[in-house]
Amino acid sequence: MSTVIEARGLVRRYPGEGSPVRAVDGVDLVVEAGEAVSVMGPSGCGKSTLLHLLGGLERPDTGELYLGGERVDGLSETRWAVFRRRAVGFVFQAFHLVDELTAVENVELPALLVGVPRRAARHRAMELLERLGVAGRAGHLPDHLSGGEQQRVAVARALVNEPLVVLADEPTGNLDSHATGDILRLFGELGRAGQTLLVVTHDARVASTADRLLTMRDGAIVAQTRLGPGTSVAGLLASLADLGGDR
Amino acid sequence: MQDVVLSLLAKEPAHGYELRQRLGAALGPAGGALNPGQVYVTLSRLERAGLVEAREIAQPSHPDKKVYELTAAGRERVVRWLNDLTWAKVAPLEFHLKLVMAAATRLADPVALVDSQRLELLRQLRQLQELALDEPADADGALLLEGASLRLQADIRWLEACQQRFLEREGQRQ
Repeated sequence: MSTVIEARGLVRRYPGEGSPVRAVDGVDLVVEAGEAVSVMGPSGCGKSTLLHLLGGLERPDTGELYLGGERVDGLSETRWAVFRRRAVGFVFQAFHLVDELTAVENVELPALLVGVPRRAARHRAMELLERLGVAGRAGHLPDHLSGGEQQRVAVARALVNEPLVVLADEPTGNLDSHATGDILRLFGELGRAGQTLLVVTHDARVASTADRLLTMRDGAIVAQTRLGPGTSVAGLLASLADLGGDR
Repeated sequence: MQDVVLSLLAKEPAHGYELRQRLGAALGPAGGALNPGQVYVTLSRLERAGLVEAREIAQPSHPDKKVYELTAAGRERVVRWLNDLTWAKVAPLEFHLKLVMAAATRLADPVALVDSQRLELLRQLRQLQELALDEPADADGALLLEGASLRLQADIRWLEACQQRFLEREGQRQ
C-alpha cells in the first residue's frame, strides 16, 4: 500500500484578539491509498482548515506535507495550482459549480486545464456523469439542477482527473435527507472502488461510511478509530428484532 | 412477542410457518435474528391462554398442519395493543446519569466516555446503512432501519452536546 497523504506537525495560525489562534495545532496524519477517512469535531475545531491545508488552499505556518510522496508545502503558488489540478479533487458544501457552464462543461473543465484533448475530456466527463446517475442532466446549467444533482456533478468534476485524493468539506451540508442518501451511497461506492477519500463532516451518517474516523478538538486530532469494514451485524440485528421473549 | 404474534393472526388464520414469513417481511433484515422456534412457543402459550384456537388440517402428501385463529379475547387484545401509547424511553437516562456521576466522582472522564460511546454508535450507524443499502426502499423492513438510523443520529448529536458541555466546564475550571 502506498501513502497518499503524509502530514508532519502541521500548524496554521490566524490572527486573533491579542495572541494568534492556532486553527490547526500540530497535526500528524498519514492516509494510505484507498483509505476513506472522515474528520469530525465541533465547529471551530480546525477541521476545515486542515482540509484546506491538505489540499493546498491554505499554507501551513510550519510543518511538512507530502502528497503521493512529493513534498508540497514548499511549492510556489503556481506550482501548487498545477499539482493540485491533477492530484486533488475537491467537493464543497456549496458545490461551487461555474454557473455559466453546463453540467458536462463543469466536469470536463479540470481535464481541459491539464491538457486532456477536448474530445477525450468530454468522453470522460460523460462517463462520470453516467456513473453518478446524472447523465440526463449533462446539458443543464447548475441553476436548473437540484442540490443533490449539483453535488453529484461536483463529485464527477472532482474525479475527472483521477486524483490521488478527493477532499470533501461538509458535502451533504446543503442537501435534504434523500440527496444525502445518494451521496452516502456514492461515497460508499468510491471507497469500494479504491478512491482515497477524506471527508470533513458534521453528519454522523457521512462520517460512519469511512474506514477510519478522526476526531478533532482545538486544532488537534484527539482520537483516531477504525470503523470498518468487516464488523458483524449480528448483535445489531438481534437488538433490532428484540420482541421481548415470549411474553 | 405475544402481542406481535396475535396481531399477525388478526388479518386471517394462518399456520406457524406463514406467521414466521409475515414477521420476517415486516422486520426485513432484522428478521434473520429471530429464533425460528419462538413463534411456535408463543403460539402454544397463546393457545393455553385461550387467545388463539388451533385446527388440524389434513394434507394429502404432508403431515397435518395446524392452522391458528384468533379467539374473541385474542382479537380484543390485538386492538388494545395497537392502540397502546407506550413508547420506549425518550432519553438515554442511564448514560446521562453515568456522565453526571463520572464528572462528580472523577472515577471516569466524561469526555472520554462520550468519545467511546459515540464511536460505538457510529459503528452501529455504519452497519445500519450497509443493511439499508441492500434493502428495497419500499420494503417494510427499510422503515425499521430508518427509524433506528434516525434515533442513532439523534443520540450522536446529543452526545456531542454533552461533550461540548463538559469541555466548557473543564475550560472554566482551568
